[in-house]
Amino acid sequence: MNRSFNKSQPLRHTDCDAVEVKSKYGAEFRRFSVNRVKPGKFEEFYKLILHIHRLANIEVMIGYADTHGDFLPINNDENFSKAVDSAHPLLRVFVQRREEVDYTTFGTNTLTRKKKAVVTLRNSDINRKRPRVPIGMPQDFRPVSSIIDVDILPESHRRVRLYRHGSDKPLGFYIRDGTSVRVTSHGLEKVFGIFISRMVPGGLAESTGLLAVNDEVLEVNGIEVTGKSLDQVTDMMIANSHNLIVTVKPVNQRNNVVRSSRISGSSGQSSDSSGSISNPSLSVASAREATSVAHHNYHDDLESDEDTDIVIENSLKRPSLRSNASLASNASRTHHISLSHQLHRDLNLNNPALRHSNGSLHKILSSLKTDPRHSLALPKGGVEEDGTVITL
Amino acid sequence: TMKRFRRHGTESQRDRLKQELFQFTKTVEHGFPHQPSALGYSSSLQLMAIGTRSGAIKLYGAPGVEFMGLHDENAAVTQVFFMPHQVELVTLLDDNSLHMWTLQSHKGLSELLEIGRFLLTGPPGYTDISVTRVTAVLTHSSGELLLLGTEGGHVFIVEVPGFRELEEMNISLDQITSCVPDDYIGRRNLEHVEALQENPVNSNQVAIGYGRGLMVIWDLDHRCAIRHIPATQQLESMWWTEDGSCILSSHNDGSYCCWTLRTGDEREEEEKSNVPYGHFPCKAINKIVQLPTAGGPPFLLFSGGMPRASYGDRHCITVIYSKTQVAFDFTSRIIDFFVTRDGPQHTVFGEPSALVVLVEEELVVIDLQTEGWPVIQTPYLVPLHSSAITCSHHVSAIPLKLWERIIAAGVVQNTQYSKKPWPITGGQNLAPDPPQRDLLLTGHEDGTVRFWDASGVCLYPLYKLSTAAVFSADADLNDNMSQGAEGEWPPFRKVGCFDPYSDDPRLGIQKIHLCKYSGYLTVAGTAGQILMLELNDEAAEQTVEAKIVDLLQGQEGFRWKGHTQLDVREEPVLFPPGFQPFTVVQCQPPAVVTALSLHSEWKLVAFGTSHGFGVYDYLQKNNVLVKCTLNPSDQLAMEGPLSRVKSIKKSLRQSFRRIRRSRVSLRKHHISNTNKIQEANARLEAEQAEMEMAPVQRKIEARSSDDSFTGLVRTLYFADTFLSDSSHNTPSLWAGTNGGTVFAYILYIPPVEHRADEALTAQPAKEIQLMHRAPVVGIVVLDGHGAPLPEPLETAHDLARSPDLLGSHHVLVISEEQFKVFTLPKLSSKMKLKLTAVDGSRVRRVGVAWFGSSRTEDYGESGLVFLTNQGDVHVLSLPHIKMQIRYPCIRREDVSGIASCVFTKQGQGFYLMSPSEFERFSLSTRYLVEPRCLVEAPLP
Repeated sequence: MNRSFNKSQPLRHTDCDAVEVKSKYGAEFRRFSVNRVKPGKFEEFYKLILHIHRLANIEVMIGYADTHGDFLPINNDENFSKAVDSAHPLLRVFVQRREEVDYTTFGTNTLTRKKKAVVTLRNSDINRKRPRVPIGMPQDFRPVSSIIDVDILPESHRRVRLYRHGSDKPLGFYIRDGTSVRVTSHGLEKVFGIFISRMVPGGLAESTGLLAVNDEVLEVNGIEVTGKSLDQVTDMMIANSHNLIVTVKPVNQRNNVVRSSRISGSSGQSSDSSGSISNPSLSVASAREATSVAHHNYHDDLESDEDTDIVIENSLKRPSLRSNASLASNASRTHHISLSHQLHRDLNLNNPALRHSNGSLHKILSSLKTDPRHSLALPKGGVEEDGTVITL
Repeated sequence: TMKRFRRHGTESQRDRLKQELFQFTKTVEHGFPHQPSALGYSSSLQLMAIGTRSGAIKLYGAPGVEFMGLHDENAAVTQVFFMPHQVELVTLLDDNSLHMWTLQSHKGLSELLEIGRFLLTGPPGYTDISVTRVTAVLTHSSGELLLLGTEGGHVFIVEVPGFRELEEMNISLDQITSCVPDDYIGRRNLEHVEALQENPVNSNQVAIGYGRGLMVIWDLDHRCAIRHIPATQQLESMWWTEDGSCILSSHNDGSYCCWTLRTGDEREEEEKSNVPYGHFPCKAINKIVQLPTAGGPPFLLFSGGMPRASYGDRHCITVIYSKTQVAFDFTSRIIDFFVTRDGPQHTVFGEPSALVVLVEEELVVIDLQTEGWPVIQTPYLVPLHSSAITCSHHVSAIPLKLWERIIAAGVVQNTQYSKKPWPITGGQNLAPDPPQRDLLLTGHEDGTVRFWDASGVCLYPLYKLSTAAVFSADADLNDNMSQGAEGEWPPFRKVGCFDPYSDDPRLGIQKIHLCKYSGYLTVAGTAGQILMLELNDEAAEQTVEAKIVDLLQGQEGFRWKGHTQLDVREEPVLFPPGFQPFTVVQCQPPAVVTALSLHSEWKLVAFGTSHGFGVYDYLQKNNVLVKCTLNPSDQLAMEGPLSRVKSIKKSLRQSFRRIRRSRVSLRKHHISNTNKIQEANARLEAEQAEMEMAPVQRKIEARSSDDSFTGLVRTLYFADTFLSDSSHNTPSLWAGTNGGTVFAYILYIPPVEHRADEALTAQPAKEIQLMHRAPVVGIVVLDGHGAPLPEPLETAHDLARSPDLLGSHHVLVISEEQFKVFTLPKLSSKMKLKLTAVDGSRVRRVGVAWFGSSRTEDYGESGLVFLTNQGDVHVLSLPHIKMQIRYPCIRREDVSGIASCVFTKQGQGFYLMSPSEFERFSLSTRYLVEPRCLVEAPLP
């Protein structure tokens, strides 16, 4: 066995290089630790898991819960390393038999939905009737979208980030002019607005499930679109297409993230004070706020990374379009790596805030319940029937 | 806090400096007003007024004397009248409102101001709108009264200024009909008031002409009808001769009559009814004027009256004097005309000197005192669009020598014009002489390049270059507009230069680059042609050498479906003095040239299309470089404009011609006109409503290398800079494409003594692919001081402008979306400024300008000036690319206006506000070209 995996008593462990792992297979828990600095290879970790759970002759799928409450797979060195890196302090690992794995449970904000979403679906038959989208095992798992800044936005709004990562997948949506009704000082007024008019099947926008036809676009990368023409908004979106953040007012307001009034009132509190408050939800609020603040730096860093132009020196060889293209794709590949590093760093930055709530992470994660639309496989009709609410 | 305070201090200092450097002003409109709709003239002020369909009113006097006003109402100006012997004028708009304007003196300069407006209500009891709809206006010679004839047949009298209705003086239709002779066939319905005329010798008498034909002479003092003139043909216009003895009437059947007013005789006598182009049915004579001469027969002038079937589509004004009769044939619809008079202080009783005709697309002035009635060249209001403008190029501070040579070349072309001075001479031009000589070059659809003196308020044509002679034209030479044969009837004579119909669109000029130091000019066109021209003071017969450049460089699987290339004439061609072509490069495929740059010091010209770019050595007449930028999968760019589209275009052009030939000259009638406009508006609204039903949508997608036209070359730039290492500067060529790629080549140019025989080479050095892939619209190298590199030969002519070659150079790449500064030679990104990501606007036009401080003569700085697709102009500081100022300049819907914008090196700019007018604006506090003039009230 590799030295980096130590069966130990993590709760008493003081070595800061160690990451506590809580592995769950069926109803069984195992605790051990791995070295944060040198987590080792996935192959070794996989063998360790099999060994620890005393599993033999079966194929398993290993997943973990990340700090955002996402259930993500561990199936290669890269995402294993990421899983270890992002564990603060606990890495929660779930082991399933490969033939029992429901791949639809992977993804953003999917972990906590598991139990209740199915229960809350009034007509679970719809679930079965609809053909499931077959999803293969992603080799290089990364987010395609996320909801951000939940606590600084009004409950009726949603800010969605689309991660393009230079992939070939089109952003895949259309916008149009339209009118919406606003409450102004003169009462209700009809105002011009920009709306999502169409989703391209198989496009990034559709696959996230976070945007829908007739959602009103309020901001593009933090800049309000009020007073801007359709063409201007189009150009803004295209100019930001490498890292597009769209704030929408979803046409279906029943799936919104709703915070309790207690929380929305106190979300401005700093994380320093949250330690003395027993209510764990408060600390989550502050933690989330920290995330949203960090987002801006994150945004800038990401942008400058994305924006790196390719300069080719051809002092000797003649340039050709081909070499150019391959260079470009190479560059964008290296780019992603640096990008994911960036992601790690930022998550680390957030950790001090999260650490306050470490004891109650599990509770928080399971108490967070999000829009079922996030899940690809969920039938749309069924979802829209059912406005779910996060209660903290 | 101290630090913060200091920082604030420097910012306000910068703000103050900005105010000293930048200021946005729209200064003057050059060219011919779009859609003129009314003409007025004051013989006492010697000023002409033109009203337009968009509600503008423009006054012109001596060259440089011009004023502009705009009605708040978005309604067409239908009539303009100067108040006799005053500096006031009255306009009638399409919405029936009347407006009073005046020329007010302020600090020694005159300003055109609106001082009153009025809507005729009529006395109580009149409810029908038509009763008060004004159809005819008479500004009474007393200067105190306006007579307003209406659709209902009444004449209302209004006191001015102040627009007070004088109810007791009104001439109601009832008063008129009650005394119409019983035998007059039209007495039951006289129709609207078509014309009002004052007796030139008795201001108490006015003639009222009704649509039905009846004319009534009314005494204003006694408030009664004096005489009735019982014409029965539909009335078009009326003219009271200067001695007061006759009234001429013109009618819609193409006839005119002269009615002698014999004193003491109750019955008027129709002396003669005349159908000048008679026998067959004729069109209406819209306006008739008769003017006496001192020692001979009078001049008779009238518009229209052409035989309906054969010449009904002609726009003619006939001038008859003694035995001479000419039908001046214009290329667009006649709006109105007047005749200027000679003699002491240009009194109304002087000799007729010039006929001034406003037609829809130009102003034509005909000298009536010179044998043959030649045309007088107009110093202003020149139709820029005589052939559609396809591009423009501005060159500042032309050396005197070149200026004189261009003028000399132009003079030879203008021998057909009258030698008489410009007859409209009102006002004084008080603008200082322009500080320098500026040229504006416009490229046109017909393959001509026009050179304009853009130094001052009057955009004056200097010289016209035609490139068509280089190519063997397949154009049909049977120009049906040519001069008529001897003895032709009517005696047509074609006048005016407005001819928008291009026979071969391939000749269209797309790019122009003039080197003011060497006199070399390069122009490039629609069919991939690049002409190199040299200024020659003598006519010369020469063969133009053609060079074909294959930009595809062996790219396979390709079929160009666009137009064919132009055929260059193989035999020698005689070129007149001026710019004479000596070489033509023809790109293959013959796609439109999209970028062009001339370096007269290196004797190189760079050109680009949607397929690639090349560099041509015009000394050795050799290609130095050819680079294909086409993405092999880009079918759209490969095929070019579809031939099918081309044929549609061609047939459209032909049908336009047919329409033009057969178009019935629609008499603009007050009543039917407004109805038509209302109908059109309603239709437009319906269309808009329909559009709202099915809203447009826009696709949101990141740019990709597979997009169409990524290889299209948008900009080319020569620079002497550091491309290989930081110690040796070398000549270089930079090219930017639609797909966000920048190519940089090192050029090897042999020393002067071997320049003619040693080979030139171009070596690829760098390539930048901008990640955001937006089109590259400009490239500028900044020297060690952060100043843009000088133009070729500029250093040789101006020692003060040598670039700093010691410090490190930077290259500024301007894409439609952002500005980026890279270091040289490493090309590491140093600074950037995002535009589109932040506000959704995109760079459309860009230029480098120098801004001088208004406070201190010796301070100035370079700035990057750009115009966005939102129509805003911005200035960025150099080299730090910081936003300085931003002003809204053009409506964002005005796409062609935005596309036409050019910037000058002194921070001014021009854009086409209509197909025929340039708006001139200035961002500089120091360089302003604007009218400064004074008009004084005439002595009583």
